[in-house]
This record gives sequence, structure tokens and C-alpha cells, in this order.
Amino acid sequence: MIRFERVSVRYEGAERPTLSGVDLTVPEGELVLLVGPSGVGKSTLLGTVSGLVPHFTGGLLSGRVTVDGRDTRTHKPRELADLVGTVGQDPLAHFVTDTVEDELAYGMESLGLAPDVMRRRVEETLDLLGLAELRDRPIATLSGGQQQRVAIGSVLTPHPKVLVLDEPTSALDPAAAEEVLAVLQRLVHDLGTTVLMAEHRLERVVQYADQVVLLPAPGASPVMGPPAEIMKVSPVRPPVAELGLLAGWDPLPLSVRDARRGAGGLRERLAGAAVPVRADVAPTSGPVPAPVPVVAAERSLPGRLARLLGRGPAAPVTPAAADPVTRVDGLGVRRGRVEALRRVTLTVAPGETVALMGRNGAGKSTLLGALVGMIEPTAGSVRVGGLAPARTDPRAMVRRVGLVPQEPRDLLYADTVAAECAAADRDAGAAEGTCRALVSELLPGVGDDTHPRDLSEGQRLALALALVLTGRPPLLLLDEPTRGLDYAAKARLVGVLRGLAAEGHAIVLATHDVELAAELAHRVVILADGEVVADGPTGQVVVSSPAFAPQTAKILAPQEWLTVSQVRGALEAGA
Amino acid sequence: MTAAPARLLRRALHAPEADRANALPAGAWWLWALGLATAASRTTNPLLLGLLVAVAGYVVAARRTDAPWARSYGAFIKLGLFVVALRLVFSVFLGSQIPGTHTVFTLPELPLPDWAQGVRIGGRVTAEQLVFSLYDGMKLATLLICVGAANALANPARLLKSLPGALYEAGVAVVVAMTFAPNMVADVIRLRTARRLRGRPTGGVRAVAQIGLPVLEGALERSVAVAASMDARGYGRTAQVPAAVRHTTNVFTLGGLLGVCAGTYGLLAAQGAVYGLPLLLAGLVTAMAGLRLGGRRSVRTRYRPDRWGVRAWLVACSGAAVAAAMIWAGAVDPEALRPGVVPLTAPVLPLWPAAAVLIGLLPALVAPVPPSNRAADRPARRGKEQA
Repeated sequence: MIRFERVSVRYEGAERPTLSGVDLTVPEGELVLLVGPSGVGKSTLLGTVSGLVPHFTGGLLSGRVTVDGRDTRTHKPRELADLVGTVGQDPLAHFVTDTVEDELAYGMESLGLAPDVMRRRVEETLDLLGLAELRDRPIATLSGGQQQRVAIGSVLTPHPKVLVLDEPTSALDPAAAEEVLAVLQRLVHDLGTTVLMAEHRLERVVQYADQVVLLPAPGASPVMGPPAEIMKVSPVRPPVAELGLLAGWDPLPLSVRDARRGAGGLRERLAGAAVPVRADVAPTSGPVPAPVPVVAAERSLPGRLARLLGRGPAAPVTPAAADPVTRVDGLGVRRGRVEALRRVTLTVAPGETVALMGRNGAGKSTLLGALVGMIEPTAGSVRVGGLAPARTDPRAMVRRVGLVPQEPRDLLYADTVAAECAAADRDAGAAEGTCRALVSELLPGVGDDTHPRDLSEGQRLALALALVLTGRPPLLLLDEPTRGLDYAAKARLVGVLRGLAAEGHAIVLATHDVELAAELAHRVVILADGEVVADGPTGQVVVSSPAFAPQTAKILAPQEWLTVSQVRGALEAGA
Repeated sequence: MTAAPARLLRRALHAPEADRANALPAGAWWLWALGLATAASRTTNPLLLGLLVAVAGYVVAARRTDAPWARSYGAFIKLGLFVVALRLVFSVFLGSQIPGTHTVFTLPELPLPDWAQGVRIGGRVTAEQLVFSLYDGMKLATLLICVGAANALANPARLLKSLPGALYEAGVAVVVAMTFAPNMVADVIRLRTARRLRGRPTGGVRAVAQIGLPVLEGALERSVAVAASMDARGYGRTAQVPAAVRHTTNVFTLGGLLGVCAGTYGLLAAQGAVYGLPLLLAGLVTAMAGLRLGGRRSVRTRYRPDRWGVRAWLVACSGAAVAAAMIWAGAVDPEALRPGVVPLTAPVLPLWPAAAVLIGLLPALVAPVPPSNRAADRPARRGKEQA
């Protein structure tokens, strides 16, 4: 269906081609997954299919890409629109109209389909993607997951033979991602659509792939093969494959189900070993994160009544070893009519890592915003380092709390990485070069004079993280830090965050990435509809939940192993 | 026997909840609002003007959605008040041609050279002159508020969608451009709050200056991304059209536009009134034909276009009726519509024109009710149950 013949792409001013020697054939009706570390040209390869590269982006494409016999050299993107549907990384940048229904119809209108056909397909697509209730809603008011589904729906309606998706599930919570993937699988199975997709979150998608194309390094030629084969050699692989390699399973399992079938032996070997209670992340120096009593379950005495009586929520019975960096009491935030947060109570101790999880729109970002002072609480109180963040001078706050926002580019103002670093050192009053050292650690191989906007999504996040970390704030907040990060970058991020936690930094991360939460968090707090519905040690909260359990936990349940590294540690200790 | 038809009629007139299928065409709202605006332009009677504003405001309050464009009504009202204030300020400082006897106060007059004869700065300010400018300002403000009402009630994107096919692509460009302003405002707010995260104050001139470039860059990037998305989704696909048709289209469109220009000139110039109107009409027809032919090049179809149903006609006609009634009243009884300034008299509310203005309330009865007004209560109720 898609043929790449000796394709290479070189952008103007680039030293070496972004892609070279791509010789591939994507057969009809297959779901092909494109994997590889950040910055190897996955997006460029996807762009060549829709013709946006090079017709729209510029650059020089040599070789030939044909889609269903149409050569992208002679066909402009608009002439491929009935054949190829493309959804980019940022769904918001994709929308042309302002309501869901119009957006679904837009592509068909451009192609000139008959009104009754359009109407039928819009209704079908609304049902297929579960968007029927949102049909009249302005797109701007939808949550990220809903927007992603609308974006996919909007390219599905013209019934393209080829669907090209760039990280379709990165921004979604686990449940929404499952939904999107189920839709994609249905398209492949029932309609014979060919899907070419790039995704970092392999644990979500690799089991659905028929073939995997691996781009091992920038400019290196791609390797294509069955998923199990490629996962053996790939520098990026999901926990299930990692565990399979560790246990020496053959064939390599790609789904939890396959892995569970072969996991009996491993479970037996592990039965004797005690699950380390976050031994892998326990701080080696500095204050030991004390078990913080769960103070969320205070439903018996309504918060308002308690306030009326002049009694705050009961103080933790066993005081934490160190003073909590952060104390949130009965926090409420309203936006217009919407109560984004209700009676949220939370304490975070130094050296502790807390993962905030929950659906898109459950109030995770709002809670982080309140902790950093961007959002003023309408009820209750927030104390970070003894100060109320919203009422404190930002210059004082920056050394107490740092937030890496969901859109990391919001933090970037300067036009080179070096200037950005210098500004960060100045802002935080840190020694010169502090930030640059962090950048080198998180983002090896990025030059001083690179423009921040030329970085890939993952690189930009690493830069923003470095800027925030420059102030070495005792409380570090991260909003969806692994969006767009490959496993290598994620591993580096995990290393950095563990190091920070060991030094006594408290870390709160809002994330959909259950693997990240399992790797890092001492405690998981689950938010739903603006309320805390679960708060407890990661093992307990996460293992019992079908949506938030990491793959290792699902495979080895009922044993409470969370990560491959825990298992590896136990096996090595046992051997 | 008579009760049944009455009930049927009442049920037929009872406004349904608005959804995509029964949404009023944007054009109907604009015709209604332009009708009210035309009526406003025919009178300076402050009572009638006030009544017009009240009618427009009531309909907006009863039928607007909570969409972003619907919130612009308040801005138009503020703009109207600003216009009134500006008109008064100009009148105070620059004087007026209205002869008056009731001096309110006297400003020091700026002596001007001879060549500036007829221009006055400062000097005597009379009550007549103030009242005249107030009436005049109110007229302008009412016009603006009527336009604001249409803007609040009709989705601007839908209005552009009803353009003829040949102009469609220009329409989309305008729609995309329109979505940029709110996006940029949101960007500014987001970036300003994000400055906190770097430990910089969020207010002040420096904050705005520093985020200016990122905001512009963001807007540019977004426009490139939207353009890429539109291109990949078939924007600008054209059909093969025979050369003869293409040439005819060009001739018709250009010729028609020339005819419109010449005709308008003829109408406005003193001598050409005879050939002006026919030329204008012929030009319009030719240009429309050209646009229609040009539409053949575009392959696109329309998804669920708004239908002109009975309700749409009622809404549009109610506006037209108000305008017609006011024009007629202006011909029959000009005194009532233009209350005297010299000598000063208290304006009276002319009964029949006022009654005619009330026809403009019809949309508040017949137009479909936006669902959000009711749906907004639902989450609140659910929240109460939970608590």
C-alpha cells in the first residue's frame, strides 16, 4: 500500500539527512508501528506519506514514496486527502472548524461527498469514537483525550485507505488510550485500513502491531519485522518485553495475556523473594521518606462543618519524620460554575515522590497549579514551605516550588539553549553553569546555540525540566512529564528524579504513565471529579486497579511486583 | 372546534430546544439585527432608541448560547457607551452648529488663526448642543448594539459558510483568522502565568514585552500547522473545468463588478440617476452569475447547511417589519421620530412606532431555545445531590 524506495530527506541547512536509505513496503490492511528514540525522523517519515514532506515543510526528498500507486512527488497533499488521513502530535493544531460535528464533516466537504453520505458517516464516526454526546460542543472546551478522538474521527470520515498517526495516545489517560487503540484495531480488522503510527508508549500499542519498523538512530536505515523479533533488538521496548527477555521467554510476549501464560515459572522463582518496599528507590542518603498517614478519608466529618466548628482536619497522629514540604487542607477550586477541586487534602514529605493519577480532566493540573500559585484556591488552604503560593512573590516561590507545565515551551523565552540556561541561573540565583550541567545530563548532544523551538517535544521537555531544576526547589511538580519521551529519555528522567528525591526533594507528578508511576512514586493519589478517591503506597493503590496497574504487576499478580528492575534485583539476589 | 386549531398553533409556535437540525441560519439573525439597525438610523428619539436597545438585549438574553462569540455582546454595549461619551466630549470641546440659548457652562476658548475659520475649540456649551449630541451618539450606539446582537446570536463561522462556493476558500481563511484572536489572548494569559514558574513577576510592561515574541511565534506556528492540516485534508482541491467556462466566469465576474461600480457611481452622482439603477442591477446579476459559474471549480459540498424554515423567515421578517414601520413612520410623522432640540422639548414616546418596535421581540418567542441555558443547571443539581 505504501512503498518507500530509497527515500532520504534532508532539510535545508541540516548537516546530514534526517532520513536516508528508507526502503520499505507497508502492506495493505496492516497496522505498522514506527518505533525509535526521539529525534530519529519518525515524524518526517510519517510526513512523507501524506506528502506534507516535502511539499509543505520544504527540504529535499530523494527516492520515491508511492501510496496506493500515487506518487507523492506528483501529488500534492490535498490530492492525497481522499487516500491518506493524517493526525499530528498536537490535536489542537489540527482543527479547522469550531464544533465537533463540523470538524468531522470538514474533510468530506473538501472532497465533495454527497450530503447524505456525509451525514451517515458523521453519525457512524460519532458512535465509533464515542463522541455522540459531544457533537455540538465547541472543540476548545473538550479535554485532551476528547480532542484526540475528534482529530482521529475527523480523518476517518473520508474513509482513507491509509491512516498516519503521530503519537496518538501520548496525551491520553490509560482508559482513553485503550479506546483509541480499540478503534484503530477495528479499522484495521473490519475496514482493511492500513495504519502507520509512531508511538513512544510501546506498552500500549505494540501488542496491536502487525509489523514494527525500527529507526535505530538518526540517518540509519530502518529495520522492519514482526514485533517480537524487532523488540529483541530494539533500543526501546515495553516492560512486558523487557520482562520476557529477562526471564528468557521465547517467543517474546508482547501482551500481558501472552506473558501471564508463560509467567508461572517466574512467579514460582519469585515467590520466595520479598517484594522490596520501594527498596530500589529508597533514598540512600538524606531524610528517609516517612510513611505519611492517609488523611484523605475524612468523609465522616464534612469539611465545612469542621471549619464551622473551628476544627481543621485531624492532624496526622504520627508526625512525619521531617516537616511536610507541602500541606493542602480542604482545597477547593472553582472555575465559573465548575468545581475543579473539592476538599482535597494532601501532605507531601521531603524525599517523597507522589504520583497524581486520574482521568483527563480530573483536576490533576489544577492541583499542581494551586501548589505552584498559578491558581488561587477558593476554599481551604495550600502551604508550600510554610507560604501560600498564590500570595507570595514569584521570585521567592521559585526556590521553593518548581513546575514543569504540560506544554514545556511555555517556559522558553530565549532564542538559544545557552541564553535560556543563563537566564535560568539568574532567575534562580544559582551558580553559573548549573542549568547547563543539568541540560547536558538530561539532553546529551544538544548544542549551546540550538533554538529551543527546533528541539523535539521530548528534548524541549528535558530543557524545561532543567530550567526548573536550576533553582533546586524542595518541591518539584511535573505535569505529564513523559509525554513524547522515548524510553531512554524516560530512563534518564527517572534517574534524575530519583536522585532529586534522594537529596530530599519532594516530587509530585501528574501522569497517565502507569509505568513511570510504578518506577518512581512512593505514593499514588488518584483523583476523580476533583476529589481524592485513593491515596496510599504505590503497590497497594496501583496493583488493585485495572487501569493504573503497570504491566509487570498485571503479569505477576497477585504478587506485588511493580517494575522490571525490582524483578531483576530479586532474581539477581536469588541467584 | 376552535380550541383544537388554537392548541395546534400554540404547539407549533412553541419554541423547541435548539440543536443542529433546527438552528436558525446566521443570515436570519443578521437580517433581523440589520432591520433593527435600520430602524435605529431613522430616529433620534431617545425613548425609541432605548426601546430598540431593550428589544435587542432581551432577545440576546433569551436566545444566546454560551459560545465564545456570544459573550461579545457586553463588549458591544461598552463600545456603544464609549461612542456616546466620545460624541459628548467632542461636542463640548469642539462646539456645535446647533444654535442654543441655555448656556450650561463656558470653557475658555482657544484663539485660532483666520484660516481655521469655522473651527472652534472651547467656548460656550449649551444644553441644546449637549442634548443634540446625546441623541446623535445614542443613535450610533444603538446601531452598534444591534450589530452586536447579531454577532452574539449568530455563529460567525456559519455565516461565512453560507457564502457562495466560489468565495468559500476566502471564507475559510477568514474563519481561521478569526479563531486566532482568542487563541492569542489565551496564549498571552498562559504565558504570563507561566512566567511565575521562572520566578518572574507576571504583571508589568516587561512581562508583556518578553512574552510578545513567543506569543507571535506560537501564533505563526499554529497557523502553519493549521495550514498543513487543511492541506492534508483536501482544502483547495479543484475540479477540472473547461477553458470556455473559466473564461466566461472571468468575463462575468469582472464585467459584473464593473457594472456595479459604474451603477453605484451613477446613483450617487447627481446626473446619472437614470442609468444608475439598471446598470447596478445588471452588474449585480452578472457578478452573481460569475460567482455561480466559478463555484463549479470547487468540488466541495456542504454538510448540513442551515435551512430557511418558517422560524427563520419569522425572525428575518420581524426585523424587516420594524425597519419598514419606522421608515413609514418617518414619512408620516417626522416630528415624533426627531424630537425638537431647538427649542428644547421633552421627547414623547410615539405610540405606533413604539408598538412596531416591539415586533422585534418575535425571535424571543419563535427562535429555538439554546439547550445550554437549561443544561447549565444540571451539573449543579447533580453536585447538590452528591453533597
